[in-house]
Amino acid sequence: MAYSEKLLDHFKNPKNVGTLDKSKKNVGTGLVGAPECGDVMRLQIEVDEDTNTIVDAKFKTFGCGSAIASSSLATEWLKGKSIEDALAIDNMAIVEELALPPVKIHCSVLAEDAIKSAIADYKKKNE
Amino acid sequence: MKNRVIYLDNNATTPTDPRVVEAMLPYFYEIPGNAASRNHPYGWQAEEAVDYAREQIAQLIQVDPKEIIFTSGATESDNLAIKGVFEMYSSKGNHIITTKVEHKAVLDSCKKVEKMGGEVTYLDVQNDGLIDLNELEAAITDKTILISIMWANNETGVIQPMKEIGDICKKHGILFMSDATQAVGKIAVNPREVGVHLMAFSAHKMYGPKGVGALFVNRKNPRVKVTAQMDGGGHERGMRSGTLNVPGIVGFGKAAELSSKEMATDAARLSKLRDKLEAAFVSHLEEVYINGNTEHRMPHVTNISFKHVEGEGLMMTFNQEIAVSSGSACTSASLEPSYVLVALGLGDDLAHSSLRFSLGRFTTDEDIDFAIKAVEEGVTHMRDLSPIWEMYKEGIDLSAVEWSEH
Repeated sequence: MAYSEKLLDHFKNPKNVGTLDKSKKNVGTGLVGAPECGDVMRLQIEVDEDTNTIVDAKFKTFGCGSAIASSSLATEWLKGKSIEDALAIDNMAIVEELALPPVKIHCSVLAEDAIKSAIADYKKKNE
Repeated sequence: MKNRVIYLDNNATTPTDPRVVEAMLPYFYEIPGNAASRNHPYGWQAEEAVDYAREQIAQLIQVDPKEIIFTSGATESDNLAIKGVFEMYSSKGNHIITTKVEHKAVLDSCKKVEKMGGEVTYLDVQNDGLIDLNELEAAITDKTILISIMWANNETGVIQPMKEIGDICKKHGILFMSDATQAVGKIAVNPREVGVHLMAFSAHKMYGPKGVGALFVNRKNPRVKVTAQMDGGGHERGMRSGTLNVPGIVGFGKAAELSSKEMATDAARLSKLRDKLEAAFVSHLEEVYINGNTEHRMPHVTNISFKHVEGEGLMMTFNQEIAVSSGSACTSASLEPSYVLVALGLGDDLAHSSLRFSLGRFTTDEDIDFAIKAVEEGVTHMRDLSPIWEMYKEGIDLSAVEWSEH
């Protein structure tokens, strides 16, 4: 399968790999997927509570090249976005940006799920 | 930067040996005849070349040249053997026994037989990939006409106990068929010695060209017949119509001759390199698992799971330099991981984490040294990216985590 340049770049030089301190109140963590399914994404956001803006985002992903590139791209997009704008990120935008082939669309769905899950975790902590 | 991709995917296909290519070349233009043309020198020369190749191939597996039926490849041979026996012996019964780890050409032929009114038992394998002989014998009924069990598995290289299976078939008077695609030309394969009556194999897995294969059909004690699946000119003793692929067959013959001479040396050299590769991974990396029986195994193959790393992602770290394959779902159109590894009881997570390295005649020591380094770097890199590796390292029991299945 031939992948796009953008996808390969995110795979080879993934952005924002790492771990945020999940015990902090302003950090939201999303862990989606399952090892049995061949992909697990953990996406974390750090939010500035005053401005409701995502100031940092990190990920770690167990998965294929498309899953890694999708999560790398998602963290890039998240930084600087408000929570509302982050919730509006659609998986099809990831598909388009990385030119994901049809069999890899589920990787972008997983990335969208990870974003939503991280935000839900942040909101729950700050209810 | 190396200018050549290191090829460790010889179970998918082997490069055609240059000596094979050389033998084939005259049969495209200079000797263009149809082996079935009886009235001119071109036809005679083509027929002579086909006869010679048939002898070279028969010699490799120690059978009579008349017992070799040329086909387009092992897939066709599998189809012809299974459906052909089912149709030919329908008056004797309708039951076939095979295994869950067969190649799709066998499994899908069996599915077709079921649609045609047959019954098929798909045997489980044990955790090491070997079948249980007691289970095999217990599955036999008075309607069983065929037992089809592969000689060596394409994904793990595990070699089945062919002689013991042959003895069971003989005891019950049942035909024994084997898909020996991965074994012929790589290890000594002698169907007569183990009681195999029908055997499928292919040129392109033994340094011959693609598009040509054979079915061995036992001629004496018992005289086996299969119903043709292709209607036409009645070539190949009526079992397989169609103009013979003369250049391909000549190449197949040459490949068989080379294997007869060289496979023992190749196997000894490759098993050392394979063992070196395995030993390096096992000693340098944590959580590495070799899949399948390591004693009854092809000399050039290893199937390894690198836990907490996904196979396709791992391959992408080095696939500009090294060609291997994976049992990960992400390498296929389906989202299911390798059914062969799952049948070994591996668990989907380890199946997703597997790589198959299959060495070949043209693999060098330098190739293996390079592969060891590149794969180890890839595994380390991918584990740094892996949340489940991090969790494992923190001592979290991954089986206790509630995953969100998707």
